[in-house]
Amino acid sequence: MPQQKEPRAYRKPLPHIDEENRPWWEAAQRHELYIQKCRDCGDLRFHPRALCTSCMSSRTEWVRCKGGGKIYTFTVTNQNQAAGFRESLPYVMAWVELDEGIKMLTNIVDCRPEQVKIGMPVEAVFDDVTPEVTLVKFRPAR
Amino acid sequence: MSLSRKIAVAGVYEHPTRFAPDKSMYQIMAESVRGALDDCGLTIKDVDGLLTAGMGMGPMGIVGFCDYLNLTPNYLDGTNIGGSSFVAHTAHAAAAIHAGLCNVAVVVYGSTAASSRFAIGTGGGHGGGDPCDQFESPFGPTTVGAYAMIAQRHMHDYGTTPEQLAEIAVTMRLHASMNPVAKYRDPITVADVLASRVISSPLHLLDCCIISDGGGALVITSAERARDLKKKPAYLLGAGETVRHAGRGQRDFLEIAAAQSGRLAFERAGVTHKDINMAMIYDSFTITVLSTLENLGFCKRGEGGPFVSGGRLRFDGALPINTDGGGLSSNHPGMRGMFLVIEAVKQLRGECGPRQVKNCKTALVHGTGGALGTRHSGATLILTNQ
Repeated sequence: MPQQKEPRAYRKPLPHIDEENRPWWEAAQRHELYIQKCRDCGDLRFHPRALCTSCMSSRTEWVRCKGGGKIYTFTVTNQNQAAGFRESLPYVMAWVELDEGIKMLTNIVDCRPEQVKIGMPVEAVFDDVTPEVTLVKFRPAR
Repeated sequence: MSLSRKIAVAGVYEHPTRFAPDKSMYQIMAESVRGALDDCGLTIKDVDGLLTAGMGMGPMGIVGFCDYLNLTPNYLDGTNIGGSSFVAHTAHAAAAIHAGLCNVAVVVYGSTAASSRFAIGTGGGHGGGDPCDQFESPFGPTTVGAYAMIAQRHMHDYGTTPEQLAEIAVTMRLHASMNPVAKYRDPITVADVLASRVISSPLHLLDCCIISDGGGALVITSAERARDLKKKPAYLLGAGETVRHAGRGQRDFLEIAAAQSGRLAFERAGVTHKDINMAMIYDSFTITVLSTLENLGFCKRGEGGPFVSGGRLRFDGALPINTDGGGLSSNHPGMRGMFLVIEAVKQLRGECGPRQVKNCKTALVHGTGGALGTRHSGATLILTNQ
Protein backbone atom coordinates (compact mmCIF):
# COMPACT_ATOMS: atom_id res chain seq x y z
CA MET A 1 0.00 0.00 0.00
CA PRO A 2 1.50 3.36 -0.95
CA GLN A 3 2.36 5.58 1.99
CA GLN A 4 -0.02 8.45 2.43
CA LYS A 5 1.72 11.74 1.75
CA GLU A 6 1.70 14.15 4.65
CA PRO A 7 -0.12 17.36 3.87
CA ARG A 8 2.13 20.43 3.81
CA ALA A 9 5.29 18.46 4.51
CA TYR A 10 8.13 20.63 5.80
CA ARG A 11 10.72 20.68 3.01
CA LYS A 12 13.50 22.96 4.29
CA PRO A 13 16.65 21.43 5.79
CA LEU A 14 16.37 20.26 9.37
CA PRO A 15 19.26 20.27 11.81
CA HIS A 16 21.06 17.09 12.71
CA ILE A 17 20.51 16.84 16.45
CA ASP A 18 23.22 14.99 18.35
CA GLU A 19 24.30 14.57 21.98
CA GLU A 20 26.40 17.72 21.85
CA ASN A 21 23.66 20.11 20.69
CA ARG A 22 20.57 18.28 22.01
CA PRO A 23 20.12 20.43 25.16
CA TRP A 24 19.93 23.54 22.94
CA TRP A 25 17.29 22.06 20.66
CA GLU A 26 15.30 20.69 23.61
CA ALA A 27 15.31 24.17 25.13
CA ALA A 28 14.10 25.61 21.83
CA GLN A 29 11.21 23.14 21.94
CA ARG A 30 10.33 24.65 25.33
CA HIS A 31 10.56 28.08 23.63
CA GLU A 32 13.70 29.02 25.53
CA LEU A 33 16.93 30.40 24.02
CA TYR A 34 20.33 29.56 25.51
CA ILE A 35 23.97 30.25 24.82
CA GLN A 36 26.94 28.57 26.49
CA LYS A 37 29.34 30.12 29.02
CA CYS A 38 32.67 28.70 30.12
CA ARG A 39 32.72 28.07 33.88
CA ASP A 40 36.48 28.62 33.95
CA CYS A 41 37.12 31.73 31.82
CA GLY A 42 33.59 33.08 31.37
CA ASP A 43 33.73 33.28 27.57
CA LEU A 44 30.37 33.06 25.81
CA ARG A 45 29.86 30.92 22.73
CA PHE A 46 27.31 29.92 20.10
CA HIS A 47 26.64 27.48 18.38
CA PRO A 48 26.83 24.87 21.16
CA ARG A 49 29.97 22.80 21.51
CA ALA A 50 31.57 20.69 24.23
CA LEU A 51 34.72 22.75 24.77
CA CYS A 52 35.39 26.44 25.42
CA THR A 53 37.07 27.87 22.32
CA SER A 54 39.08 30.32 24.43
CA CYS A 55 40.57 28.03 27.12
CA MET A 56 39.41 24.55 25.98
CA SER A 57 37.74 23.85 29.30
CA SER A 58 34.91 21.30 29.25
CA ARG A 59 33.19 22.98 32.21
CA THR A 60 30.17 24.63 30.62
CA GLU A 61 27.05 26.33 31.86
CA TRP A 62 23.98 27.23 29.83
CA VAL A 63 22.90 30.85 30.07
CA ARG A 64 19.31 31.67 29.25
CA CYS A 65 18.90 34.66 26.95
CA LYS A 66 16.07 37.12 27.28
CA GLY A 67 15.46 36.86 23.54
CA GLY A 68 16.10 40.50 22.68
CA GLY A 69 18.64 41.74 20.19
CA LYS A 70 19.15 43.88 17.16
CA ILE A 71 19.77 43.22 13.49
CA TYR A 72 23.50 43.22 12.73
CA THR A 73 23.04 42.66 9.01
CA PHE A 74 20.48 41.05 6.70
CA THR A 75 19.52 40.26 3.13
CA VAL A 76 16.18 39.91 1.42
CA THR A 77 16.54 36.69 -0.57
CA ASN A 78 14.63 36.80 -3.85
CA GLN A 79 16.18 33.72 -5.41
CA ASN A 80 16.88 30.31 -3.87
CA GLN A 81 16.28 27.22 -5.92
CA ALA A 82 16.33 24.81 -2.96
CA ALA A 83 13.13 22.97 -2.05
CA GLY A 84 11.20 24.66 0.73
CA PHE A 85 12.81 28.04 0.14
CA ARG A 86 11.77 28.56 -3.48
CA GLU A 87 8.16 28.39 -2.31
CA SER A 88 8.72 31.03 0.40
CA LEU A 89 10.44 33.84 -1.49
CA PRO A 90 11.19 36.54 -0.65
CA TYR A 91 12.48 35.81 2.85
CA VAL A 92 14.78 37.71 5.17
CA MET A 93 17.97 36.11 6.42
CA ALA A 94 19.89 37.99 9.08
CA TRP A 95 22.63 37.90 11.65
CA VAL A 96 20.99 39.06 14.86
CA GLU A 97 23.18 40.27 17.71
CA LEU A 98 21.62 39.20 20.98
CA ASP A 99 21.65 41.62 23.93
CA GLU A 100 24.14 39.16 25.46
CA GLY A 101 26.57 40.00 22.63
CA ILE A 102 26.34 36.83 20.56
CA LYS A 103 25.43 36.77 16.84
CA MET A 104 23.06 34.13 15.46
CA LEU A 105 22.05 33.44 11.85
CA THR A 106 18.26 33.46 11.61
CA ASN A 107 15.20 34.64 9.72
CA ILE A 108 13.29 37.85 10.39
CA VAL A 109 9.56 37.14 10.33
CA ASP A 110 6.22 38.79 11.02
CA CYS A 111 7.04 41.93 9.06
CA ARG A 112 7.37 43.07 5.44
CA PRO A 113 10.92 42.61 4.08
CA GLU A 114 11.16 46.32 3.21
CA GLN A 115 10.65 47.20 6.90
CA VAL A 116 13.83 45.42 7.95
CA LYS A 117 16.76 47.69 8.84
CA ILE A 118 20.18 47.21 10.41
CA GLY A 119 20.02 48.15 14.10
CA MET A 120 16.31 47.36 14.35
CA PRO A 121 15.40 45.90 17.78
CA VAL A 122 14.05 42.37 17.46
CA GLU A 123 12.75 39.63 19.74
CA ALA A 124 12.94 35.86 19.49
CA VAL A 125 9.96 33.87 18.26
CA PHE A 126 9.87 30.09 18.36
CA ASP A 127 8.73 28.34 15.18
CA ASP A 128 7.73 24.71 15.82
CA VAL A 129 8.44 23.55 12.28
CA THR A 130 8.13 19.81 13.06
CA PRO A 131 7.20 17.84 16.19
CA GLU A 132 10.96 17.41 16.84
CA VAL A 133 12.40 20.75 15.74
CA THR A 134 11.76 24.33 16.83
CA LEU A 135 13.68 27.09 15.04
CA VAL A 136 14.51 30.37 16.76
CA LYS A 137 13.57 33.26 14.51
CA PHE A 138 13.14 36.95 15.27
CA ARG A 139 10.49 39.61 14.68
CA PRO A 140 10.49 43.36 15.23
CA ALA A 141 10.37 44.04 19.01
CA ARG A 142 6.90 44.89 20.27
CA MET B 1 59.97 34.03 3.68
CA SER B 2 62.94 31.69 3.34
CA LEU B 3 61.67 30.34 0.04
CA SER B 4 61.20 33.81 -1.44
CA ARG B 5 62.35 33.89 -5.11
CA LYS B 6 63.43 30.23 -4.87
CA ILE B 7 60.29 28.78 -6.45
CA ALA B 8 58.56 29.79 -9.68
CA VAL B 9 55.39 29.24 -11.62
CA ALA B 10 56.92 27.94 -14.85
CA GLY B 11 53.89 26.93 -16.89
CA VAL B 12 50.23 27.99 -16.96
CA TYR B 13 47.22 27.03 -19.03
CA GLU B 14 43.66 28.29 -18.98
CA HIS B 15 41.31 25.92 -20.77
CA PRO B 16 39.49 28.05 -23.37
CA THR B 17 36.16 26.26 -22.95
CA ARG B 18 33.26 28.01 -21.26
CA PHE B 19 30.67 25.32 -22.08
CA ALA B 20 31.69 21.71 -22.61
CA PRO B 21 28.76 19.31 -22.40
CA ASP B 22 30.85 16.85 -24.45
CA LYS B 23 33.66 16.67 -21.89
CA SER B 24 34.05 15.22 -18.40
CA MET B 25 35.59 17.16 -15.56
CA TYR B 26 38.57 14.78 -15.70
CA GLN B 27 39.10 15.38 -19.41
CA ILE B 28 39.12 19.15 -18.86
CA MET B 29 41.62 18.67 -16.03
CA ALA B 30 43.88 16.42 -18.10
CA GLU B 31 43.79 18.79 -21.09
CA SER B 32 44.71 21.61 -18.71
CA VAL B 33 47.70 19.66 -17.35
CA ARG B 34 48.86 18.98 -20.92
CA GLY B 35 48.49 22.66 -21.78
CA ALA B 36 50.50 23.87 -18.77
CA LEU B 37 53.28 21.33 -19.43
CA ASP B 38 53.41 22.37 -23.11
CA ASP B 39 53.55 26.00 -22.00
CA CYS B 40 56.85 25.47 -20.15
CA GLY B 41 58.30 22.58 -22.16
CA LEU B 42 58.08 19.86 -19.52
CA THR B 43 56.32 16.48 -19.93
CA ILE B 44 54.05 14.40 -17.74
CA LYS B 45 57.11 12.22 -16.94
CA ASP B 46 58.64 15.21 -15.12
CA VAL B 47 55.67 15.64 -12.77
CA ASP B 48 56.23 14.25 -9.27
CA GLY B 49 53.80 16.41 -7.28
CA LEU B 50 50.03 16.86 -7.72
CA LEU B 51 47.67 19.29 -6.04
CA THR B 52 43.98 19.55 -6.82
CA ALA B 53 40.51 20.07 -5.37
CA GLY B 54 37.11 20.20 -6.98
CA MET B 55 33.38 20.53 -6.58
CA GLY B 56 32.56 17.47 -8.65
CA MET B 57 35.13 15.18 -7.03
CA GLY B 58 34.65 12.86 -4.12
CA PRO B 59 36.69 13.16 -0.93
CA MET B 60 39.43 11.05 -2.56
CA GLY B 61 39.14 12.79 -5.93
CA ILE B 62 42.86 13.45 -6.16
CA VAL B 63 43.49 9.68 -6.12
CA GLY B 64 40.86 9.22 -8.82
CA PHE B 65 42.56 11.85 -10.97
CA CYS B 66 45.92 10.10 -10.50
CA ASP B 67 44.19 6.94 -11.75
CA TYR B 68 42.80 8.84 -14.76
CA LEU B 69 46.28 10.12 -15.74
CA ASN B 70 48.12 6.99 -14.51
CA LEU B 71 50.22 9.15 -12.16
CA THR B 72 52.08 7.97 -9.07
CA PRO B 73 53.42 11.27 -7.64
CA ASN B 74 55.73 11.58 -4.63
CA TYR B 75 53.70 14.47 -3.21
CA LEU B 76 49.91 14.91 -3.00
CA ASP B 77 47.80 17.76 -1.66
CA GLY B 78 44.01 17.66 -1.92
CA THR B 79 43.37 20.63 0.34
CA ASN B 80 39.87 21.95 -0.36
CA ILE B 81 39.18 25.36 1.16
CA GLY B 82 36.78 26.45 -1.58
CA GLY B 83 37.57 28.63 -4.57
CA SER B 84 40.84 29.85 -3.07
CA SER B 85 42.24 26.30 -2.94
CA PHE B 86 44.51 26.69 -5.97
CA VAL B 87 46.03 29.89 -4.63
CA ALA B 88 46.85 28.02 -1.42
CA HIS B 89 48.06 25.00 -3.46
CA THR B 90 50.59 27.25 -5.20
CA ALA B 91 52.16 28.12 -1.84
CA HIS B 92 51.92 24.51 -0.64
CA ALA B 93 53.65 23.28 -3.79
CA ALA B 94 56.40 25.87 -3.29
CA ALA B 95 56.93 24.71 0.30
CA ALA B 96 57.01 21.06 -0.80
CA ILE B 97 59.57 21.75 -3.54
CA HIS B 98 61.66 23.88 -1.19
CA ALA B 99 61.60 21.03 1.36
CA GLY B 100 62.68 18.51 -1.27
CA LEU B 101 59.43 16.53 -1.23
CA CYS B 102 58.98 16.90 -5.00
CA ASN B 103 60.59 18.70 -7.95
CA VAL B 104 57.83 19.52 -10.42
CA ALA B 105 54.34 20.04 -9.05
CA VAL B 106 51.16 20.46 -11.04
CA VAL B 107 48.15 22.31 -9.61
CA VAL B 108 44.99 21.53 -11.58
CA TYR B 109 41.27 22.27 -11.61
CA GLY B 110 38.42 21.47 -13.95
CA SER B 111 34.65 21.68 -13.80
CA THR B 112 31.50 21.32 -15.86
CA ALA B 113 29.53 23.61 -13.54
CA ALA B 114 27.56 25.20 -16.39
CA SER B 115 26.76 22.16 -18.50
CA SER B 116 25.93 20.15 -15.37
CA ARG B 117 23.68 23.04 -14.26
CA PHE B 118 25.12 23.56 -10.77
CA ALA B 119 23.15 26.22 -8.89
CA ILE B 120 26.18 27.54 -7.08
CA GLY B 121 25.05 30.94 -5.90
CA THR B 122 21.37 30.36 -5.29
CA GLY B 123 21.17 26.64 -4.57
CA GLY B 124 21.52 27.05 -0.81
CA GLY B 125 19.60 24.99 1.62
CA HIS B 126 21.11 21.56 1.01
CA GLY B 127 22.51 21.53 4.53
CA GLY B 128 26.08 20.55 5.29
CA GLY B 129 27.13 18.09 7.94
CA ASP B 130 29.33 20.29 10.12
CA PRO B 131 28.16 21.39 13.59
CA CYS B 132 27.87 25.02 12.40
CA ASP B 133 25.63 24.00 9.49
CA GLN B 134 22.95 22.75 11.89
CA PHE B 135 22.47 26.34 13.06
CA GLU B 136 22.56 27.95 9.61
CA SER B 137 21.10 25.77 6.86
CA PRO B 138 17.54 25.79 8.32
CA PHE B 139 17.42 29.54 7.57
CA GLY B 140 18.20 29.40 3.85
CA PRO B 141 21.70 30.80 3.47
CA THR B 142 22.63 30.97 -0.21
CA THR B 143 26.14 31.87 -1.33
CA VAL B 144 24.95 35.18 -2.75
CA GLY B 145 22.92 35.86 0.40
CA ALA B 146 25.94 35.37 2.64
CA TYR B 147 27.95 37.90 0.60
CA ALA B 148 24.96 40.25 0.37
CA MET B 149 24.91 40.53 4.15
CA ILE B 150 28.48 41.88 4.03
CA ALA B 151 27.47 44.43 1.39
CA GLN B 152 24.45 45.48 3.45
CA ARG B 153 26.55 46.07 6.56
CA HIS B 154 29.24 47.92 4.61
CA MET B 155 26.64 50.22 3.08
CA HIS B 156 25.14 50.84 6.51
CA ASP B 157 28.43 51.58 8.26
CA TYR B 158 30.24 53.52 5.53
CA GLY B 159 27.66 54.80 3.04
CA THR B 160 28.98 52.58 0.27
CA THR B 161 26.63 52.83 -2.71
CA PRO B 162 25.22 50.35 -5.23
CA GLU B 163 26.80 52.54 -7.93
CA GLN B 164 30.27 52.05 -6.43
CA LEU B 165 29.79 48.27 -6.40
CA ALA B 166 28.41 48.39 -9.95
CA GLU B 167 31.56 50.10 -11.23
CA ILE B 168 33.50 46.96 -10.30
CA ALA B 169 31.23 44.87 -12.55
CA VAL B 170 31.49 47.43 -15.34
CA THR B 171 35.30 47.36 -15.14
CA MET B 172 35.42 43.56 -15.23
CA ARG B 173 33.24 43.58 -18.35
CA LEU B 174 35.54 46.13 -20.01
CA HIS B 175 38.44 43.76 -19.35
CA ALA B 176 36.44 40.78 -20.65
CA SER B 177 35.84 42.69 -23.90
CA MET B 178 39.61 42.43 -24.47
CA ASN B 179 39.76 38.71 -23.63
CA PRO B 180 38.78 36.61 -26.68
CA VAL B 181 37.74 33.59 -24.55
CA ALA B 182 35.70 35.52 -21.96
CA LYS B 183 32.08 34.33 -21.69
CA TYR B 184 30.46 37.80 -21.62
CA ARG B 185 32.18 40.48 -23.72
CA ASP B 186 29.54 43.12 -24.49
CA PRO B 187 30.14 46.31 -22.47
CA ILE B 188 27.73 47.16 -19.64
CA THR B 189 27.07 50.36 -17.71
CA VAL B 190 26.43 51.18 -14.06
CA ALA B 191 22.79 51.71 -15.05
CA ASP B 192 22.67 48.19 -16.51
CA VAL B 193 23.91 46.71 -13.24
CA LEU B 194 21.40 48.69 -11.18
CA ALA B 195 18.56 47.74 -13.56
CA SER B 196 19.31 44.02 -13.31
CA ARG B 197 17.09 42.16 -10.87
CA VAL B 198 17.99 42.00 -7.18
CA ILE B 199 18.99 38.40 -6.37
CA SER B 200 19.62 38.95 -2.68
CA SER B 201 19.56 42.53 -1.47
CA PRO B 202 21.55 44.65 -2.04
CA LEU B 203 23.22 42.53 -4.76
CA HIS B 204 21.88 42.56 -8.32
CA LEU B 205 22.27 39.85 -10.94
CA LEU B 206 25.20 41.74 -12.48
CA ASP B 207 26.90 42.03 -9.07
CA CYS B 208 27.20 38.23 -9.17
CA CYS B 209 29.77 36.06 -10.92
CA ILE B 210 28.71 33.95 -13.85
CA ILE B 211 28.63 30.16 -14.05
CA SER B 212 30.74 28.51 -16.76
CA ASP B 213 32.60 25.32 -17.48
CA GLY B 214 36.36 25.49 -17.50
CA GLY B 215 39.66 24.47 -16.05
CA GLY B 216 43.29 25.32 -15.76
CA ALA B 217 46.65 24.17 -14.51
CA LEU B 218 49.96 25.48 -13.18
CA VAL B 219 53.41 23.93 -13.29
CA ILE B 220 55.54 24.87 -10.30
CA THR B 221 59.23 24.11 -9.89
CA SER B 222 62.43 25.56 -8.47
CA ALA B 223 63.50 28.98 -9.78
CA GLU B 224 66.73 27.40 -10.94
CA ARG B 225 64.97 24.83 -13.09
CA ALA B 226 62.35 27.32 -14.29
CA ARG B 227 65.02 29.61 -15.73
CA ASP B 228 65.94 26.92 -18.29
CA LEU B 229 62.36 26.40 -19.48
CA LYS B 230 60.37 27.96 -22.34
CA LYS B 231 58.69 30.90 -20.58
CA LYS B 232 59.81 33.70 -18.30
CA PRO B 233 59.34 32.45 -14.70
CA ALA B 234 57.02 34.13 -12.22
CA TYR B 235 58.82 33.90 -8.89
CA LEU B 236 56.93 33.47 -5.63
CA LEU B 237 57.83 36.26 -3.22
CA GLY B 238 55.42 35.61 -0.37
CA ALA B 239 52.21 33.87 0.58
CA GLY B 240 49.67 33.63 3.38
CA GLU B 241 46.43 31.81 4.11
CA THR B 242 43.80 31.60 6.83
CA VAL B 243 40.06 31.42 7.52
CA ARG B 244 37.31 33.49 9.11
CA HIS B 245 34.02 32.15 10.48
CA ALA B 246 31.38 33.22 12.98
CA GLY B 247 34.05 33.17 15.67
CA ARG B 248 31.84 31.53 18.34
CA GLY B 249 29.21 34.20 17.59
CA GLN B 250 31.52 37.13 18.30
CA ARG B 251 32.97 38.00 14.88
CA ASP B 252 33.33 41.42 13.30
CA PHE B 253 32.11 40.30 9.87
CA LEU B 254 33.77 43.13 7.93
CA GLU B 255 37.20 41.86 8.98
CA ILE B 256 37.89 39.04 6.54
CA ALA B 257 40.60 36.42 6.02
CA ALA B 258 42.45 38.71 3.59
CA ALA B 259 43.49 40.95 6.49
CA GLN B 260 45.60 38.13 7.93
CA SER B 261 46.71 36.29 4.77
CA GLY B 262 47.57 39.59 3.07
CA ARG B 263 49.62 40.85 5.99
CA LEU B 264 51.56 37.57 6.05
CA ALA B 265 52.15 37.66 2.30
CA PHE B 266 53.44 41.24 2.33
CA GLU B 267 55.68 40.58 5.36
CA ARG B 268 57.10 37.42 3.83
CA ALA B 269 57.57 39.02 0.40
CA GLY B 270 59.29 42.09 1.81
CA VAL B 271 57.34 44.42 -0.48
CA THR B 272 54.72 47.11 0.13
CA HIS B 273 51.43 48.03 -1.53
CA LYS B 274 53.24 50.58 -3.71
CA ASP B 275 55.21 47.75 -5.31
CA ILE B 276 52.07 45.98 -6.60
CA ASN B 277 51.48 46.71 -10.30
CA MET B 278 48.30 44.69 -10.67
CA ALA B 279 46.13 42.40 -8.56
CA MET B 280 43.91 39.41 -9.19
CA ILE B 281 41.16 39.56 -6.57
CA TYR B 282 38.53 36.82 -6.40
CA ASP B 283 35.34 38.48 -7.66
CA SER B 284 32.59 36.06 -6.74
CA PHE B 285 30.54 39.22 -6.19
CA THR B 286 31.34 42.91 -6.50
CA ILE B 287 31.42 43.25 -2.70
CA THR B 288 34.10 40.55 -2.53
CA VAL B 289 36.49 42.82 -4.44
CA LEU B 290 35.74 45.91 -2.36
CA SER B 291 36.03 44.08 0.95
CA THR B 292 39.19 42.24 -0.09
CA LEU B 293 40.97 45.42 -1.22
CA GLU B 294 40.21 47.04 2.15
CA ASN B 295 41.33 44.03 4.13
CA LEU B 296 44.52 43.64 2.10
CA GLY B 297 45.29 47.22 3.10
CA PHE B 298 45.10 48.90 -0.32
CA CYS B 299 42.75 51.39 1.35
CA LYS B 300 41.43 51.91 4.86
CA ARG B 301 38.37 50.11 6.16
CA GLY B 302 35.29 51.96 4.99
CA GLU B 303 37.08 53.68 2.10
CA GLY B 304 36.52 50.85 -0.37
CA GLY B 305 33.60 52.58 -2.10
CA PRO B 306 35.54 55.68 -3.21
CA PHE B 307 38.64 53.53 -3.81
CA VAL B 308 37.00 51.31 -6.45
CA SER B 309 35.51 54.35 -8.23
CA GLY B 310 36.85 56.60 -10.94
CA GLY B 311 38.49 53.91 -13.05
CA ARG B 312 41.20 52.98 -10.55
CA LEU B 313 40.69 49.24 -11.14
CA ARG B 314 40.85 49.44 -14.96
CA PHE B 315 43.75 47.81 -16.82
CA ASP B 316 45.06 51.36 -17.44
CA GLY B 317 44.21 52.62 -13.92
CA ALA B 318 46.31 53.01 -10.78
CA LEU B 319 45.60 49.48 -9.50
CA PRO B 320 44.48 47.19 -12.33
CA ILE B 321 42.31 44.31 -11.10
CA ASN B 322 41.19 41.10 -12.84
CA THR B 323 42.37 42.01 -16.32
CA ASP B 324 40.91 38.78 -17.76
CA GLY B 325 37.38 39.92 -16.96
CA GLY B 326 37.20 38.00 -13.69
CA GLY B 327 34.48 35.71 -12.47
CA LEU B 328 32.01 38.50 -13.12
CA SER B 329 32.49 38.26 -16.90
CA SER B 330 35.15 35.79 -18.09
CA ASN B 331 34.62 32.46 -16.36
CA HIS B 332 33.58 30.96 -13.05
CA PRO B 333 33.45 27.17 -13.17
CA GLY B 334 32.48 26.78 -9.53
CA MET B 335 35.91 27.56 -8.09
CA ARG B 336 38.05 30.33 -9.57
CA GLY B 337 41.35 30.63 -7.70
CA MET B 338 43.21 28.86 -10.52
CA PHE B 339 42.50 31.65 -13.01
CA LEU B 340 43.73 34.34 -10.64
CA VAL B 341 47.20 32.78 -10.66
CA ILE B 342 47.15 32.14 -14.43
CA GLU B 343 46.29 35.74 -15.37
CA ALA B 344 48.80 37.18 -12.90
CA VAL B 345 51.55 35.03 -14.45
CA LYS B 346 50.50 36.05 -17.98
CA GLN B 347 50.61 39.73 -16.97
CA LEU B 348 54.10 39.25 -15.48
CA ARG B 349 55.20 37.66 -18.77
CA GLY B 350 53.63 40.45 -20.85
CA GLU B 351 51.35 38.04 -22.72
CA CYS B 352 48.06 39.89 -22.31
CA GLY B 353 47.79 41.84 -25.57
CA PRO B 354 45.35 44.77 -25.49
CA ARG B 355 44.67 44.30 -21.77
CA GLN B 356 48.36 44.14 -20.81
CA VAL B 357 49.27 46.24 -17.77
CA LYS B 358 52.24 48.42 -18.67
CA ASN B 359 55.55 47.71 -16.91
CA CYS B 360 54.05 44.90 -14.80
CA LYS B 361 56.75 43.57 -12.47
CA THR B 362 54.92 42.49 -9.32
CA ALA B 363 51.41 41.09 -8.97
CA LEU B 364 49.25 40.14 -6.02
CA VAL B 365 46.73 37.29 -6.07
CA HIS B 366 44.01 36.84 -3.48
CA GLY B 367 41.52 33.99 -3.48
CA THR B 368 38.43 33.76 -1.30
CA GLY B 369 36.73 30.40 -0.76
CA GLY B 370 33.34 29.87 0.83
CA ALA B 371 31.25 32.86 1.85
CA LEU B 372 32.32 36.08 3.55
CA GLY B 373 29.07 36.29 5.48
CA THR B 374 29.27 32.84 7.09
CA ARG B 375 32.72 31.28 6.80
CA HIS B 376 35.47 31.46 4.27
CA SER B 377 39.13 30.94 3.53
CA GLY B 378 41.56 33.46 2.11
CA ALA B 379 44.87 32.82 0.37
CA THR B 380 47.28 35.49 -0.88
CA LEU B 381 50.32 35.23 -3.16
CA ILE B 382 52.78 37.88 -4.30
CA LEU B 383 54.59 37.06 -7.54
CA THR B 384 57.30 38.88 -9.49
CA ASN B 385 59.17 38.56 -12.78
CA GLN B 386 62.29 40.22 -11.32
